Amino acid sequence: MALETTPGGEPPRFELRFSLTQGAFTVAPDLEIAARAVALFGPSGSGKTSILEAIAGLRRPQRGRIALRGRVLCDTATHINVPVRDRHVGYVPQDVLLFPHLDVKKNITYARRRLRQGSGAQANPPGMDMPDLDHLLGLTTLMDRKVAGLSGGERQRVALARALYSGPDVLLLDEPLAAVDLARRRLILDTLVAIRDDLQVPLVYVTHSPDEARAIADYAIVLDEGKVVAAGKPQDVLP
Amino acid sequence: MQTEILEIALFTTAAALAATVIMLPPGIALAWVLARHRFRGKAVVETLASLPLVMPPVATGLLLLWLVGRRGPVGRLLAPFGIEIVFTPVAVVLAMAIMGLPLLVRTARAGFEQVTKRYEQMAETLGARPWRVFTTVTLPLASRNILAGALLGFTRALGEFGATIVVAGSIPGRTRTLAVGIYTYTETGQDARAAALLVVSVTLAFGAALIANRLARVD
Repeated sequence: MALETTPGGEPPRFELRFSLTQGAFTVAPDLEIAARAVALFGPSGSGKTSILEAIAGLRRPQRGRIALRGRVLCDTATHINVPVRDRHVGYVPQDVLLFPHLDVKKNITYARRRLRQGSGAQANPPGMDMPDLDHLLGLTTLMDRKVAGLSGGERQRVALARALYSGPDVLLLDEPLAAVDLARRRLILDTLVAIRDDLQVPLVYVTHSPDEARAIADYAIVLDEGKVVAAGKPQDVLP
Repeated sequence: MQTEILEIALFTTAAALAATVIMLPPGIALAWVLARHRFRGKAVVETLASLPLVMPPVATGLLLLWLVGRRGPVGRLLAPFGIEIVFTPVAVVLAMAIMGLPLLVRTARAGFEQVTKRYEQMAETLGARPWRVFTTVTLPLASRNILAGALLGFTRALGEFGATIVVAGSIPGRTRTLAVGIYTYTETGQDARAAALLVVSVTLAFGAALIANRLARVD
């Protein structure tokens, strides 16, 4: 998918050079990327989620450096480790983890920081206000619902909205289509493209589907057992 | 006789409520620390927190008497201000709170242990500071257990006898509670009064235990 024509100037830069060991498993990417959407591709247990959690600050690399859009989040050489709450990442884990005791609206508005217009290092087109985001995600009819009664696709959309309402510098998505039925996948994928292009929020997208990776990403990292086995344009590196 | 019984019932309920309110902040804090932190001497703190549950209540009462008595380490600090605790309603509340605390801590701790840490992590990624994470995520998700623990503590306080009689005595209209009243009336052959207190006692305890069990049930 060609993305060079998207507005907003230079694509954001990611610096992922770190080593994270948990037990016998080590994931150690060593990459500097300029991309609007990065796909982390590989089989289960290849370290995709570990990379997301390292970016979010939920796991701490033993050494190395993580920087996003010119902002250093973690650098063991200079003892920088930005707390999770100050990293400005929107994280949607695979099990979405909506707060079960809050309704949809309270989940979505949990973050007090609102979607900032022109957040991050680059100049954005005029930002979207909240009704547009609600409309984009098809949330207007869900607001007063309880979280427990939502379908997989609805949960995913609410989790996306909750992450976006925090005004993130990057959106970290862990297999966002895994719990969504086939009919709704296209819808969510289109929404993600709109988030990437219209809201100008860069994505890091974990998947084990090459089709999804191709549809959303302009850069792909192929992982196997914690090692980066290939990285580059999706059409060049994906099977 | 009826006003006397009513007075004792109301005083006991009020004292047990006050004891519950007093034990909640330290109880919740202790439960959370024990559920979520590892530290040196944790086993000692754990044991101390459950001591009133396993010690004879009379022994706990004697310990309290020694602590807050006029010559005790706490009593001596309060004496210059004219504050005396022993044989006052305050002593009743204190004894109840100490005896109820272990039940609250145990139940609330189980509640905190059930809260998935990842919910707290999500709140952090959304920019919440630790206190906000605790009050908006951890506490609400553990609230059923905390409430159940508070009710258990309350029922324990309602029935408190051993520690109360040592540290507060059985002064009519001042420190006489349901349990102490039943004992005193039986001892002095006032069987009708004892029976009346028994009925009140059973009714209150039944209601509270019913609600506590309902809350503790996982649905």
